[in-house]
Amino acid sequence: MRAGTSGFAALNPTYENLVGRVEPKAKPDVAPLARSPEDGTLIDMKILVIEDDRQAAAYLAKGLKEAGHVVDVANDGTEGLFLAGSQRYDVMVVDRMLPGRDGLSLVELLRASGNDTPVLFLSALATVDDRVKGLRAGGDDYLTKPFAFSELLARIEVLARRRAGAQPQTRLVVGDLEMDLLSRTVRRAGREIDLLPREFTLLEYLMRNAGSVVTRTMMLENVWDYHFDPQTNVIDVHIARLRQKIDKDFPSTLIHTVRGAGYCLRASG
Amino acid sequence: MWRLLRTTTFRLALLYCGLFLGSVAVILWVVYSLTAGFIERELSDAIASDVAVLREQFERKGLPGLVDAVRTRSADPHTNSIYLLVSPGGTPLGGNLSGWPNTMPDGEGRLHFRVAETGGPGGQPATAQAVVFVLPGKLRLLVGRDMSELDLLRSRVVASLGWIAAVAASLGIVGGVLLSRGMLHRIEAINLTTRRIMAGDLSGRVPHSGNGDEIDRLAGNLNAMLDQIERLMTGMRQVTENIAHDLRTPLSRLRSRIELTLLHHEDDPEVYRTALQETLAEADRLLATFKALLSIAAAASEARRADFRAVDLAETVRQIADLYEPVADEAGLSFTADIRANPAVRGDAQLLSQAVANLLDNAIKYTPAGGRVVLTLEGAGPGQAARLSVADTGPGIPAEMREAVLERFVRLDAARASPGNGLGLSLVDAVAHLHGARLLLEDNEPGLKVSLVLPPDAASTR
Repeated sequence: MRAGTSGFAALNPTYENLVGRVEPKAKPDVAPLARSPEDGTLIDMKILVIEDDRQAAAYLAKGLKEAGHVVDVANDGTEGLFLAGSQRYDVMVVDRMLPGRDGLSLVELLRASGNDTPVLFLSALATVDDRVKGLRAGGDDYLTKPFAFSELLARIEVLARRRAGAQPQTRLVVGDLEMDLLSRTVRRAGREIDLLPREFTLLEYLMRNAGSVVTRTMMLENVWDYHFDPQTNVIDVHIARLRQKIDKDFPSTLIHTVRGAGYCLRASG
Repeated sequence: MWRLLRTTTFRLALLYCGLFLGSVAVILWVVYSLTAGFIERELSDAIASDVAVLREQFERKGLPGLVDAVRTRSADPHTNSIYLLVSPGGTPLGGNLSGWPNTMPDGEGRLHFRVAETGGPGGQPATAQAVVFVLPGKLRLLVGRDMSELDLLRSRVVASLGWIAAVAASLGIVGGVLLSRGMLHRIEAINLTTRRIMAGDLSGRVPHSGNGDEIDRLAGNLNAMLDQIERLMTGMRQVTENIAHDLRTPLSRLRSRIELTLLHHEDDPEVYRTALQETLAEADRLLATFKALLSIAAAASEARRADFRAVDLAETVRQIADLYEPVADEAGLSFTADIRANPAVRGDAQLLSQAVANLLDNAIKYTPAGGRVVLTLEGAGPGQAARLSVADTGPGIPAEMREAVLERFVRLDAARASPGNGLGLSLVDAVAHLHGARLLLEDNEPGLKVSLVLPPDAASTR
């Protein structure tokens, strides 16, 4: 079955859409993102939360502030539209069901007016169809309620970084790990590492989001395009295999486990 | 009674009755005018020949001859001819009419008047028609015919129309009432069933008369709809009960853990921390169960069929195998994905993947290290568009239990009760049902082989 696994593009249209949507040039009006000196995660992002459930909004705001971000909260679509139009945000978290103006049409309107702030939809609607609608309306990611806060935080960070740093790349570098996207080769400390197609895709996803926490669900969605949770933790097995090849024979580890959240690829030190 | 009069059947009966009366009236009118015309022509001819004979008499024998002829003819008591000859002064010289009629001649020189002498139908004065001649010497001669025959015909036509109207109307009303009552009775039976169902008894069904008419077909469709609703309601109730059952236990565990922590450890932050971590883990398990139940409910909802697309099963199997191959490897199992064909079916790729993932999960979980797990995809064959199967070398399920396990799938319930299966097989069953597929449990000798057989009509032309 290994031989039968086809190439990256054919396997992962969604992934292509997600990581392949790169801005042609760095946008001058996007402020550089600050990083935490301790663990390298992003801090000081300006985040707009549009959520009508005040308790949920307060909980989101509190959590995001504790993670070091600046948060504005709007409790309905109209207020949200006003805030989104009058200030610059790094990421917007939008509930799909809102009084005044629903989340979908709000984002459609923002996109039509040229606002490209990354949008993460929150929704209690969990079908694939709902997800597709959300993404089609201009959302960049879609998270179904209930969710773990760590999941939300990880996704927000990935969205913000993608916007700030995304440029057409043919080479990804994290520490002494290098990935050549054209020849599809991976080297660590100059030594070539032989990866299966799926391992390559998984590593590419981790490297593109290096320094950010990626959750198991994010990997399932973006690397395998599965929107369900398998009963066993299949992702852990895949990561373990990847570690065997990337980290085992080297003095420093690159793939770190983040307890209660997922994994993070970053150069130590 | 008012209800009866308001029924469609009754109104239709009345309408037909009215139409029938209208056509009878038209037929009678046509018959009458043809007959009356004929009689009228006959009378005109008779008058003309009378006139010719009398004129000849007058020309040959002069006035005395004419008077004679008129008197002779008038003397016949059974005649329906009318004669009157008057002098220029108006004195009657002969004839059976007592006086000159007081009417003006019509356009063709004919006089229409009533005569008292000859009784018309029912003792009425008969109408008469006559022509007038002015003879030399200013004598005037009136020759006419009594029209009582025509009157009789007219009155008979009117009378028969009356009778027909009366009979038709009463037949129409009686028939309408009888028909409506029959129809009303059957509709009422449907209404009664509907009311009973609205009151909460979903088992009620509309009775059939068995003659296969529209009402029977309506009853059949209503019953089919009720079956479907009952099935959905039962499914919903089961899902609700399952959720209640599956969530109550962990929730009470959660609750007592919190309660105990609050009771005994007032000032140990480490204990609180541990308790919170355990609570979080429990909440995560709860949410996972909840999510699984919701996906079963989603898979069980027929609405999901609207989102069916062409699914490349070979690609689906390849991807899921790719996801599980390392997991099987880790568990010390040999894993093979045997893709024998390249079928395409209409379906939901995510749900099919999830179903296969659950089957692989189970196979890997229950097969001891050193065993084999084989995922096979077969293409179209007799009675199938494709067949997905997962075979393992684990303990399997004894033959006599398999039937029971499958049967219990239908209720979603037992698959969960049997240890380890969790909700996985319930979801597989729901996905199979959604795709119209058969779920087979077979002996793999040793082990279990679970197959999802997609029916021929699930095949897609991509």
